[in-house]
Amino acid sequence: MSTRTQTAGTGTGRFGPYGGRYVPETLMAPLEELERAYEAAKTDAAFQAEFADLLKNFAGRPTPLQFAVRLTEHLGGPRIYLKREDLLHTGAHKINNAIGQGLLTRKMGKPRIVAETGAGQHGVASATVAARLGLECTVYMGTEDMARQALNVVRMRVLGAEVIGVEAGSRTLKDAINEAMRDWVTNVRTTHYLLGSVLGAHPYPTMVRDFQCVIGREAREQILAAEKRLPTHLYACVGGGSNSIGLFHEFLGDRSVKMIGIEAGGRGTQLGEHAARLAAAQGYSGARPGVLHGTYTYVLQNDDGQIALTHSVSAGLDYPAIGPEHAWLADQGRAEYAAVSDAAALEAGQLLARKEGIIPALETAHALAGLMERLSRFNRNDLVILNLSGRGDKDMDTYRRLL
Amino acid sequence: MSRRPDNLTCDRKAVNLTRISRRFAELRANGELGIVAYITAGDPSLDATQRFVLALGEAGADVIELGVPFSDPIADGPTIQRASERALRSGTTLASVLDLVKKIRASREVPLVIFSYFNPILQMGLERFADTAAAAGADGVLATDLTPEESAEYRQIVSARGLDTIFLAAPTSTDERLRKIVDCSSGFLYLISRTGVTGAKEALPEDLPALIRRARRVTQLPIAVGFGISLPGHVSILGGLADAAVVGSALVNEIERAKSPEAAAAALGERVRALKEAARHGMSRREVAP
Repeated sequence: MSTRTQTAGTGTGRFGPYGGRYVPETLMAPLEELERAYEAAKTDAAFQAEFADLLKNFAGRPTPLQFAVRLTEHLGGPRIYLKREDLLHTGAHKINNAIGQGLLTRKMGKPRIVAETGAGQHGVASATVAARLGLECTVYMGTEDMARQALNVVRMRVLGAEVIGVEAGSRTLKDAINEAMRDWVTNVRTTHYLLGSVLGAHPYPTMVRDFQCVIGREAREQILAAEKRLPTHLYACVGGGSNSIGLFHEFLGDRSVKMIGIEAGGRGTQLGEHAARLAAAQGYSGARPGVLHGTYTYVLQNDDGQIALTHSVSAGLDYPAIGPEHAWLADQGRAEYAAVSDAAALEAGQLLARKEGIIPALETAHALAGLMERLSRFNRNDLVILNLSGRGDKDMDTYRRLL
Repeated sequence: MSRRPDNLTCDRKAVNLTRISRRFAELRANGELGIVAYITAGDPSLDATQRFVLALGEAGADVIELGVPFSDPIADGPTIQRASERALRSGTTLASVLDLVKKIRASREVPLVIFSYFNPILQMGLERFADTAAAAGADGVLATDLTPEESAEYRQIVSARGLDTIFLAAPTSTDERLRKIVDCSSGFLYLISRTGVTGAKEALPEDLPALIRRARRVTQLPIAVGFGISLPGHVSILGGLADAAVVGSALVNEIERAKSPEAAAAALGERVRALKEAARHGMSRREVAP
């Protein structure tokens, strides 16, 4: 394939051939500034202490690792543990990264953040952290997403953030990122772009992963304490891929641990009907390596390199590209990726509600649906950690249609 | 022909002598500011674009940039976003834009630059793109979201076909970055006048002269200033400072407003003639470079 000619090693921020930094020149200096600030923060004791304090006392870490007793019984497969990121302040893992980048914004002396949001969880987390740290906050959100995640729009506005609807394209996450990048390129001297996933130009995929790795670090300790052994499988949903990489990364050296990322299969396998970038084996079409939003990775696109529209019932997974580190994990076979349909995700969400008393975000429900579709592959003594990345309050309108 | 000492420090072996370099050498000899005209190819159709290019050339545009429409134009403001949408709706692809270059080249010598986001080029394949563009008679390539750091293979392939590799420099570029950018550039340096996206503006930024001087200190390449340039007055101010003014959104606005391609072509010609007039006279008259 011709795209293979663009290969690894031309700079930092590469995961195999993926990643890199493909942005208009205006953004290069701020990306270099961000990289320096982030590198300095890694060894800055005061920064790390404040980050740890906010994660504990503001966000509510550590989150529990809960044995899902009735779900395990019902499915009759592996023992299933849930990493309860849904119990965090604002209701999803997104707050981990928002706190980290919020502190960096202050450290760089910038008074304002912009953020994109799909499901609204990252927008709410950004607005929350902005309020807590005294930063101005503007959030871009596709109008399609504003309609289906209306509760989160209200939450952001109550928190004092400006929410700007984006009418372009499919009026979803991709279009919100376009508009956030245009704002950033215009106001770059005063504004930090608080990107919510392991996407975008270097250093974002690495930095956001590092801020999310606390999920896996806690989960590893917790499962060893509870079961005296490592898990056999990790499950997480993958939009851009921040909650999944946050869980997976700590286990990458544990070769016995299988990692499965579940993408949005939407309503069909044709380009435009789904958001599955790494599930070609299941017949989902249109993904090839390419460049979108600053990074080289698998992108849903047509033959001419125009980015495709996507569909998912879950706004947080409704995006045509996947984080570059996931692309590399997939190529190496270190992690496995598969997609489940809208319908399967909705059914799984409802099952979790009824068996465990937890209504998951529709994004998260995909991970459970993926596990359920693979039940026949498990042994009885298999041990699963499923990242319960977010709660489903925002999705009540969609769930209501099932009743 | 102007001397191009920047090539002494550049990693490329061959010096490209494209229509672009020749045109800038003529402009420099005459002490005249150049006008670089941008339009989005395929807006509203490729036939119309062909007509527009002829009109722009006849009106005196020194270089014409043909924008390749992209689904996610993050560096562009609303005017060029809408133009991209219209062009994509009319079925425009990178391949069809290169076909158009060939048609134009059959009868015209105006320097042509392919102005694209990187992904369409990458999907066509760097070699196939460079071969096709060179064979069609294009003179240079600018990839909006490709910076020097990621461009080694692209530069090698594109300049080996005798095409100029044009890069953007921005107000946020440090002196170190400016040096890196000009070392990778040939033809001209495209200097972005302001932080932000493309779009016509009333006034030029106050710090623009300082930015142009900063760029001038690191290169003898012609400097074309773009983003927000729309009026003859802007061109007059740039006359003493830069080598060319890039006009884009103001032209695309004319295309959007016009009732027909004929009317659009006439309006484009009129716009560029007014800009050229400002470039040839008054304040814009440059001191001939020593």
